[in-house]
Amino acid sequence: MLDLSVEQVQAEIARLEKEGIILGYQAIVNHNKWDTDSVTAVIEVKITPERDGGFDRIAARIAKFEEVQACYLMSGGYDLLIVLEARNLRAVAAFVAEKLSTVEAVQSTATHFRLKTYKENGAFHQVELTPERLAVTP
Amino acid sequence: MSIRIADTVREIPRSGIRDFFEVVQTMGDVISLGIGEPDFATPWHIREAAIYSLEKGRTGYTSNLGLPRLRRTISDYVYNHFHVRYEPLSEVLVSIGVSEAIDIALRALLNPGDEVLYHEPCYVSYAPSITLAGGVARAIPTYAEDNFILKAEAIEKAITPKTRVLMLNFPTNPTGAAMPPEELEEIAAVCIKHDIVVLTDEIYSELTYDGKQHFSIAAVPGMKERTVLLHGVSKAYAMTGWRIGFVCAPVELIEAMMKIHQYSILCASIMGQEAAVEALERGEQSMVSMRREYELRRNYIVRGFNDLGLECFRPRGAFYVFPKISTMGLSSREFSLRLLREKKVAVVPGSAFGPSGEGHVRCSYATALDQIKIAIERIGEFCEELRVSEAAA
Repeated sequence: MLDLSVEQVQAEIARLEKEGIILGYQAIVNHNKWDTDSVTAVIEVKITPERDGGFDRIAARIAKFEEVQACYLMSGGYDLLIVLEARNLRAVAAFVAEKLSTVEAVQSTATHFRLKTYKENGAFHQVELTPERLAVTP
Repeated sequence: MSIRIADTVREIPRSGIRDFFEVVQTMGDVISLGIGEPDFATPWHIREAAIYSLEKGRTGYTSNLGLPRLRRTISDYVYNHFHVRYEPLSEVLVSIGVSEAIDIALRALLNPGDEVLYHEPCYVSYAPSITLAGGVARAIPTYAEDNFILKAEAIEKAITPKTRVLMLNFPTNPTGAAMPPEELEEIAAVCIKHDIVVLTDEIYSELTYDGKQHFSIAAVPGMKERTVLLHGVSKAYAMTGWRIGFVCAPVELIEAMMKIHQYSILCASIMGQEAAVEALERGEQSMVSMRREYELRRNYIVRGFNDLGLECFRPRGAFYVFPKISTMGLSSREFSLRLLREKKVAVVPGSAFGPSGEGHVRCSYATALDQIKIAIERIGEFCEELRVSEAAA
């Protein structure tokens, strides 16, 4: 399709992986069909930046927790946006109370829970039916 | 009592595609490479714009020529893509797809017995539309060895004192051929010399590959005043069902076409026109990503056919390949029918696009890649079985 050989494509992918341009591959799971007990929370965090490291050192520290799926520095009313996946509500509460709020630079947090997913990483969770076409047309 | 049908209509054959469609309808589970429309739904932002206009209660007639806003958008779009400037309010008409535009253009141009030249294999409606408009259809065959382009010498040979119009369709349905600008310039010179009007159906113009830009004959100096440029949103913006096409032409011809259009159609649907504004003004990105997908599939399917030993011209545009099947010892109709019955793959016999399409079949790659892969495998099995049975005979 790309008019390249399989070997050429494999070599290119290997190069992108080696140079850290491709960081990984993930499956997008439809939670409407594969229900797990885990909960996903989005947490807005306000922090006091440090004189030397700005937000980076604190963000990196928070991002290292295994439950943290994503961590972004945001413009606007808060500083960090964290996507957290945990076993249950209690685990999220424990993370916020024990790990996150206790970081010295953290001023405040606001936690929101995911109720339903409509679209994730470009994929729709409610699959639209393919529109029907006539079998042969001019 | 039997109702008498007008001679002209009775004598027009039914489309070969229609016959074939009826056979396919009786079978389930068929992989179809026979579909001449995008497999994408119209991009969401375009559908959403149409919903918004409905919500605002924009449900009435429009001007016969089409919404002024759409005509201004078309004028800018044509200027940006084809490098020809048309006056939006007098040189543009919005039609019900290119099909209606072809019909009204021919009816506005032809007197009984006037001859119309067109290249073949071609879209199924050309010859019947010419006949219905009272003209005489004169096909000029094109050949795989010329990459299915039309040669100026061939036109020159076909011209008679009655030749009035030349119809062009590049990129071509069914071959995917595109014309190099220098060849179009030669054709333009012939048309100017013999005072011929050019009707150019450029519905696939955005779908050109290998980074090549489409070139319109209307952009050749001296041609705008004798060219009827036909285009629309169906193919590039996946909007076949909206039925929105347009014509750009000299004012006196637009006036003449408008007379027919206003009495037979009145105007194109306002909802479709509103959607077309969105498509032409903001649809570029969606179009480019669909084109990229078509190009990848084209590369796959061309290689697939050639690997099967069915010689396949690498099309420059549209979304069709036109592989040669005459080496398999069957007519294109027989090949297609047996392929359908034995392997449940639908392709369109080349003969449906005129006698010079014989020996080929048209396969559309406006079909999901996984379907194309299965279809190619099955066609491979079919050809292998044909070769084995031929060797045994």
